[in-house]
Amino acid sequence: MGLNVNLCGIELANPVIPASGTFGYGYEFAELYDINELGTFSFKGTTRNPRFGNPTPRIAECTAGMINAVGLQNPGVEKVISEELPKLKKCFHKPVMANISGFSVEDYAYTCEKLDKEEQIGWLEVNISCPNVHGGGMSFGTSPDAAAEVTRAVKAVTTKPVIVKLSPNVTDIVSIAKACEDAGADGISLINTLLGMRINLHSRKPIIANTMGGFSGPAIFPVAVRMVYQVANAVTIPVIGMGGVSSAEDVIEMMLAGATAVEIGAANLVNPYVCRDIIRELPRVMEKYRIENLQDIIGGVNNG
Amino acid sequence: MKQGIFTLLSNEALTANVYKMVLSGDTSAITAPGQFVNIKLDGLFLRRPISVCDYDDKTLTIIYKVVGKGTEVMSRLASGATLDILTGLGNGYDLSPSGDAPVLLGGGVGVPPMYHLAKKLMAKDKKVTVILGFNTASEVFYEKEFKALGCNVQVTTVDGSYGKKGFVTDALPEEYSYFYTCGPEPMLKAVCKATQTSGQLSFEERMGCGFGACMGCSCKTLTGNKRICKEGPVMQKEEILWD
Repeated sequence: MGLNVNLCGIELANPVIPASGTFGYGYEFAELYDINELGTFSFKGTTRNPRFGNPTPRIAECTAGMINAVGLQNPGVEKVISEELPKLKKCFHKPVMANISGFSVEDYAYTCEKLDKEEQIGWLEVNISCPNVHGGGMSFGTSPDAAAEVTRAVKAVTTKPVIVKLSPNVTDIVSIAKACEDAGADGISLINTLLGMRINLHSRKPIIANTMGGFSGPAIFPVAVRMVYQVANAVTIPVIGMGGVSSAEDVIEMMLAGATAVEIGAANLVNPYVCRDIIRELPRVMEKYRIENLQDIIGGVNNG
Repeated sequence: MKQGIFTLLSNEALTANVYKMVLSGDTSAITAPGQFVNIKLDGLFLRRPISVCDYDDKTLTIIYKVVGKGTEVMSRLASGATLDILTGLGNGYDLSPSGDAPVLLGGGVGVPPMYHLAKKLMAKDKKVTVILGFNTASEVFYEKEFKALGCNVQVTTVDGSYGKKGFVTDALPEEYSYFYTCGPEPMLKAVCKATQTSGQLSFEERMGCGFGACMGCSCKTLTGNKRICKEGPVMQKEEILWD
């Protein structure tokens, strides 16, 4: 039985990837289980300069999901290289996915160029879809031209595969994915969170201090499957599917929609062992659905 | 941190909306008073973080106030129910700087974490004063439990309907060696202002994961950014940056 997949030229033992922002820089989870069981993981969104992020509350519960407005809290790329990556090296021996955010095209290029020199890093996942920061992040992901510009700038400074992470908060995600592919992206990952909001009935104030935030969790899974399906059918580069994935069955469904690999986000926050559990569960579920190799089912949805 | 399945032994109302729940399960990950647990509940996505009131090798006691959906679900659970709980979360109180006569100040549902702390300090032969603050007489709980530990117990109510009228800070003894506190933020602020000694405070925040992964509960301190769930919830008086 084969769980392995090939993601932009790098072999993954399995397609399960904890998503950025739900797995820190890995080592916290390494206290719980051997994180080398993972295909890889995408580390906490990293920016050129250190960021504290948004005021609290940053979290609101929803039916079958949650809203977060963390706002890219991270120690900045220099400290990620000097402190976080050495800590990670002790517990993770596979190529890791670096997740990068920025507030200008130059920011993205600067951060990617720094991380390009790090041997531990396999892929650069360029986040042009963060809904929780003003004047950056998602604004690059809502126009095909801006998305292409970031992609080109990043491609110019790295030889590592560049995966562009897209926002679902757009009218036509396919045109943005295509623009990234045309600009040289090696892969597309989607979907980031859906912009959401909750209101406290007692105070009549938004629960999130930043008013709005990114909605994730099982509730968004059907939206994610649909968008992965649309994008995977429109591009020839690999697609990483994410959005509400919480079980081995979800992984398979996402792959049938066209995903080469699958990221898991909010579920990690509820069950810190969920990625390990899903990997261990996959062979049983594959057997149930008569799947010999996961690589064979990518885009295998039968809609004829 | 450990994930475990706990069995509910009892779940009783202490006041109109404060409940005490005793559970049996593996408590080996709990290492200090002031730590918390994170409880998965059917039908709700995020776990509910609740501070530990007391524990021994096999049982865990928590006291919670019904304030929303999660705690309401908890209040309806009956003996025999099983719960998926992450234990041993947060740093907890450090007993070492307590001195000989520490004072413990708990306000409302900030009272429970003081219980195991008082127990531990009494076991170290400290002269422990406990001040329990509530709004009104009908909200008072755990006075006799603290007395049974042998602590000097003072109760304050804001409206004066029970114990001393006023806030916990109005009942501070003349002399004490150190303070420990947990309660609503205005109270913590007042305690810092009223106390002459160093001390430790436990903070609250809405959390995503409760174990340091999501950065949902970060705060700034004079000693750098901290996650309430991981480097907290207990902080030193000297490092707190009040808004």
